[in-house]
Amino acid sequence: MGTKDKFIFKVENVCLVDRISSKKAALGTLYLTATHVIFVENAADTRKETWILHSQISTIEKQATTATGSPLLIRCKNFQLLQLIIPQERDCHDVYISLIRLARPVKYEELYCFSFNPKLDKEEREQGWMLIDLGEEYKRMGLPNNYWQLSDVNRDYRVCDSYPTELYVPKSATAHIIVGSSKFRSRRRFPALSYYYKDNHASICRSSQPLSGFSARCLEDEQMLQAIRKANPGSDFIYVVDTRPKLNAMANRAAGKGYENEDNYSNIKFQFIGIENIHVMRSSLQKMLEVCELKSPSMSDFLWGLENSGWLRHIKAIMDAGIFIAKAVSEEGASVLVHCSDGWDRTAQACSVAGLLLDPHYRTLRGFMVLIEKDWISFGHKFNHRYGNLDGDPKEISPVIDQFIECVWQLMEQFPCAFEFNERFLIHIQHHIYSCQFGNFLCNSQKERQELKIQERTYSLWAHLWKNRADYMNPLFRADHSQTPGTLCLPSTPFNFMYKFWNGMYNRFEKGLQPRQSVTDYLMAVKEETQQLEEELEALEERLEKMQKIQLNHTKVKSKQSEPSKHSGFSTSDNSTANTPQDYSGNMKSFPSRSPSQGDEDSALILTQDNLKSSDPDLSANSDQESGVEDLSCRSPSGGECAPSEDSGKDRDSDEAVFLTA
Amino acid sequence: MEFAELIKTPRVDNVVLHRPFYPAVEGTLCLTGHHLILSSRQDNTEELWLLHSNIDAIDKRFVGPLGTIIIKCKDFRIIQLDIPGMEECLNIASSIEALSTLDSITLMYPFFYRPMFEVIEDGWHSFLPEQEFELYSSATSEWRLSYVNKEFAVCPSYPPIVIVPKYIDDEALRKVAMFRHGGRFPVLSYYHKKNGMVIMRSGQPLTGTNGRRCKEDEKLINATLRPGKRGYIIDTRSLNVAQQARAKGGGFEQEAHYPQWRRIHKSIERYHILQESLIKLVEACNDQTHNMDRWLGRLEASNWLTHIKEILTTACLAAQCIDREGASILIHGTEGTDSTLQVTSLAQIILEPRSRTIRGFEALIEREWLQAGHPFQQRCAQSAYCNSKQKWESPVFLLFLDCVWQILRQFPCSFEFNENFLIMLFEHAYASQFGTFLGNNESERCKLKLQQKTMSLWSWVNRPSELRKFTNPLFEANNLVIWPSVAPQSLQLWEGIFLRWNRSSKYLDEAYEEMVNIIEYNKELQAKVNVLRRQLAELETEDGTQESP
Repeated sequence: MGTKDKFIFKVENVCLVDRISSKKAALGTLYLTATHVIFVENAADTRKETWILHSQISTIEKQATTATGSPLLIRCKNFQLLQLIIPQERDCHDVYISLIRLARPVKYEELYCFSFNPKLDKEEREQGWMLIDLGEEYKRMGLPNNYWQLSDVNRDYRVCDSYPTELYVPKSATAHIIVGSSKFRSRRRFPALSYYYKDNHASICRSSQPLSGFSARCLEDEQMLQAIRKANPGSDFIYVVDTRPKLNAMANRAAGKGYENEDNYSNIKFQFIGIENIHVMRSSLQKMLEVCELKSPSMSDFLWGLENSGWLRHIKAIMDAGIFIAKAVSEEGASVLVHCSDGWDRTAQACSVAGLLLDPHYRTLRGFMVLIEKDWISFGHKFNHRYGNLDGDPKEISPVIDQFIECVWQLMEQFPCAFEFNERFLIHIQHHIYSCQFGNFLCNSQKERQELKIQERTYSLWAHLWKNRADYMNPLFRADHSQTPGTLCLPSTPFNFMYKFWNGMYNRFEKGLQPRQSVTDYLMAVKEETQQLEEELEALEERLEKMQKIQLNHTKVKSKQSEPSKHSGFSTSDNSTANTPQDYSGNMKSFPSRSPSQGDEDSALILTQDNLKSSDPDLSANSDQESGVEDLSCRSPSGGECAPSEDSGKDRDSDEAVFLTA
Repeated sequence: MEFAELIKTPRVDNVVLHRPFYPAVEGTLCLTGHHLILSSRQDNTEELWLLHSNIDAIDKRFVGPLGTIIIKCKDFRIIQLDIPGMEECLNIASSIEALSTLDSITLMYPFFYRPMFEVIEDGWHSFLPEQEFELYSSATSEWRLSYVNKEFAVCPSYPPIVIVPKYIDDEALRKVAMFRHGGRFPVLSYYHKKNGMVIMRSGQPLTGTNGRRCKEDEKLINATLRPGKRGYIIDTRSLNVAQQARAKGGGFEQEAHYPQWRRIHKSIERYHILQESLIKLVEACNDQTHNMDRWLGRLEASNWLTHIKEILTTACLAAQCIDREGASILIHGTEGTDSTLQVTSLAQIILEPRSRTIRGFEALIEREWLQAGHPFQQRCAQSAYCNSKQKWESPVFLLFLDCVWQILRQFPCSFEFNENFLIMLFEHAYASQFGTFLGNNESERCKLKLQQKTMSLWSWVNRPSELRKFTNPLFEANNLVIWPSVAPQSLQLWEGIFLRWNRSSKYLDEAYEEMVNIIEYNKELQAKVNVLRRQLAELETEDGTQESP
C-alpha cells in the first residue's frame, strides 16, 4: 500500500474477525482514506490488505463495547461483511461517524469514478465508451426495416425524460400517435422496441402502465398497440404482459393508473405475471442475508430461513416472466408488450431474461454487456436510486438488477455450455454496479448522465471487462455447441428444485464456504496450455522439417536446446486459508479447548468463542503448510498466472487500489 | 423352487411403457426369473431390462379392461406399464411382487448371472486383508494381524483377519470381545503415516448400569497410545442416548477407567429415522406440483441434509483429532456397524489420498464396509418406496456416498473417480448381478460361498472399458489432507441421485463431455509435442556426433 495516501484516519491494533472460524482473527491497522476503508494485517509475512470502497458500504453498525474493545460491523453491497474490533471506544466512534458521512455522498462528484484514474489517455477512454454501441445492436437485430424505424420523437428528451433519445417504433406509429400514447402512460414511457426477433418478425416492446383508471381510454395508445401488432405480419394478436401481481395492478386503477382493458384494444391477449414490487424484494434480500449472516446455523435454520425469505420464489417469478415472453415470441410468433408500473424495474428484468433466452448473442461476453446497456442503462433503470449511490430515500433501494444477474447464473447452472462468460463475470458486474468506480451505472437516466458529462469525466466498465476478458471466459462454451445457437428451452413450468441458493455470490467473501477447487479455473488453465502446445507443435514441426533438410545436406546447425518439458499441473485451488479445518466441534463441552498432547502449540481445535485476545496474528499460515494449496500451485509451472483467479494474491479491491496509489 | 411357478404369465403383447423424458413405447413384456423385459415391437430392441430385485414397490390400477402397473425402483426411478387385459395385468403384478421379494439369497440373480466379459482380475482377491496390512507394516511395527476370529467364533460380524495392537494377545482379544457389543472388540481402521496416529473402531462397551469394566479392554486401547499422549473416544450417539443404552447392558467408557481418553458425543441418527428421512426426501423430489416455498420446506422437513451435515462434521472432527491434534481415536456407536463406519471411512477420505483413488476407494469399501460387517442385506433390502417399516432397513451406505459426493463437489480435482462411480455403487448395493453386496458380513458370505458361486463387482468395474466411465478427467493427485466445509451453504442436494429421474440431464451430460474433450485434446497435443521434441533431440545429437571427430 502506498504511503502517499492521505489518511483521514488511522487506528492501530484493530482486530478483523473471521466469521467462520473465530481462531483466524487478524490484528492490524485500519486506515480511512477519502475513497476506501483499508485494513492491513500486522503479520509480517503476509501483510494482507483488505480494501473496501466507501460506495460499497451498505450499513455500519456499532455494537456494545466489550472487554476486548468496541465492535464495528460493516455490511457491504457486494455482500462482504467486515467485523472489526477497535480497542478504544472513542476511536470506534470516530470511525463510525466518518464512515457514515463517507458512505453517503450527496453529490455525484464525490463518487469514486470521478477520481479513479486507470492511466488511460483521452483517446483510450473515448474508445472505451464506444465499445458498446446500441445503434450497432439494433442493426444486428435487422433494423430498421419495413416495419420498424428509428424515431426522433424523443429528441432532446422532449417526450420522456427517462427514455433514451434514439428509439425504435413501428413505422405506422406517427409522432402524433406516440405523443398521444405517451400522455396515457406513467411518466410518459410509451411503448418502444426492446427486441426484434428476425426469424419471425415478432418483437418485444416495453412501456409503463396505462393511465386507464377504471374506465379511461386513449385512442392513440390503442393505435400504438395496433401498430405494434401490424409490425408483425405473422400474428394477428399481441400479448400484453403485466409483470405485476394482479392485485397490485388493480390497486393502481384507483390511482388513475392500471392495466389495459382487453375490450378497448383490438386483438390483445392480456397476461399477469406476479413479480412482487421493489419493497418486497428489498426485504426478501434482507431476510436472506440475515440467514447468510447466522453464525454456525443448522441445516434447518438455513433452509427455513431461505424459504421464509422468499428469495428463490421471486427469482422463479422473474424467470417465469422471461420464459413466457420468450415462448410467445419464438414459439407462437406473437409480439409482446411488457410493462409493470413505471416500466423500469420488473419490465427490465423480464425483457432482459427473455432476450437472454431467445438470442445467443446476449449469451456472449460482449452481447451481455449490450443487453445490460440496452434494457437497463438506456431505458432508464434508476441505478442511483436502486443501488443508493448517493444518499437518498432508503425505500427506493432494491436489488432489482441483482435479481436479474442471479437469473443469469441460474440459467448458467442449467445450461453450462451455453454462455461464453463465467460466474466471475457476473460477480464483477454486480460489484461494479455498486462500486461507482466506472461511470456506466451512474444516475437514473441517460439524460442525467449526459448532463453530467459522464463519458468525458469517467471511464467505462465495459472496456475494463473487455480488456480482462480472458478471466471471464467459460471454458465449456463452444460457438458450435448444440446448446449455443437458438432459444434456450426450459420447461414452461420449471421445477422449483431448479433454483438454487447462489453461494458464490451471497457468501463470496466467505472463502471457507466455497468449493476449494474451481473446475472453471482448471479448465481455463488447460485451455491456455493447449493453446501454447498448439503453437509449440507448429514451431517444432517447422524446425524438424528444417533440421531434416539440413541433415540431408550434411550441414551443421547449432540448434537451441529444447524447452524443458511442461508439467500438467494446474493451480485450481482457492487461497491457502480455504483448505484449513473449520470449527467442526460445535459447542461440545466435553471437548477441551487445549490439546491434551501439545502443550504450547496453537491448538487447531478451539471451541471457546472468547479466544480473540489470545489469538495471535494468523498462526494458521504455518499449520497450513500440510494442507495448503501452496503445494498445489508450486507444482504448476507457471504458478498463479496459470489460473487467473481473483484470489491470487490480494483481495480484488486491492487490484483497483493499485490504480489509486500509483 | 422353480421360478416358473411364480410366473403366471410370462409374456404379454401390446404393453405400453411410460418413462420420464422418453416417449411412450409399445412392445412385448416378458418376465424371466430375474428380469422384467420390454422389447419394442417395431425393431425388437430392448427398451427396458429391469432386475426384479431393483423393484421396491408396485401400484396397480384399472380403467375398464386396461390395467396399469406403476413400478417404483430402489434407485428411485418410477416407470409405468399399461397392460391390456385385467387378468394379464393381475398376473404380471403378482409375479413381480413375488419375484422382487424372494427371501432366499441363493435364488438371487448373482447366483445365476454368467458374465459375458472376460475376467482380467478376480475382484474377490483384489483387496486381501494381508495386502492391505502390508501398506501399514512398512511404516509401523506396533500392529499385527490376528486370526483370532478365524471361525467367526469371537465376533460373528468381523472378518477372519483383523489388525490389533502388537502386544495384545488373542486371549486378551477374546476377553475384550465379551465386553463389547456383538463381540466387536477395538480393531485398527486407519493408520495415519504422517504422525503414527490411528483410528480404531468397535462396538459399545457393555458397562451396563453397574459400571462393569474390563481391564483387557482398557489395556488394549491404551496400548495404542504413545507415552504421555492422550486420545479421544468419539461416541456417535448423544450423551443421553449413550446413557440410556446402559439400561440395556450397553454404555460408554467411564472417565475413571479410561483416564487417558477424552470422550466426545455426537449424534448421528440411525435406522428408521434415516429411512423415513429418505422416504420424505424422495417424495418431495418426485412431487412436481408444489411451489417454490414448499420445495425448500419439504427439503428441510426431510432432514436428509441435516444427517449429511452431522455425519460429515463428525468425520471432520475425527480427522482433525488425528491430523491436527496428533491424537489417536476410537470410534463407536452402539453396534459399530453403521454410523461408526460412516465416520471411519469418511475420515479416511479426508486424510488419506489413496482412498480418493478408484482402487483406494474400492479397498476402503471392502475394508470399512464389507469386511467391517455393515449389514448390507438388511439395510438395503428396501428403499424409499417401501412401506414395510422394518427396523433394520436404513440408507446408511447411501448417506456415506452422499457425503463423499459433497466432498467431491468441494474438491472436484482431488478424486480419481467421478459422480457416476458413486451412483453405480449405490445401484449395486441395492440390486446387482454381482455378489459383492450380498449377505450381512463375512461369515454369511463364506457360508453362501459367494466367491465360488458369484462374480465380484470389482471384477467388472476394474476392467479398463468400465473404468473409463468412472474416471474423473479433472483428477490431479493431491497428497494433502482435504478439509471440506460443513456449513449448510456448502452442502447441496445430490441431484445426480435424487433428481436423476425428474429432470433431463442432457445439458449437464453435454457439459461433462465437453470437459472430457478439452482435457483429452490437451493430452493428445502433449503427446505429439513430446514425440517431436524427442525426434528433434535425436536429430540434434546425431548432428553433434557427426560433428565431433
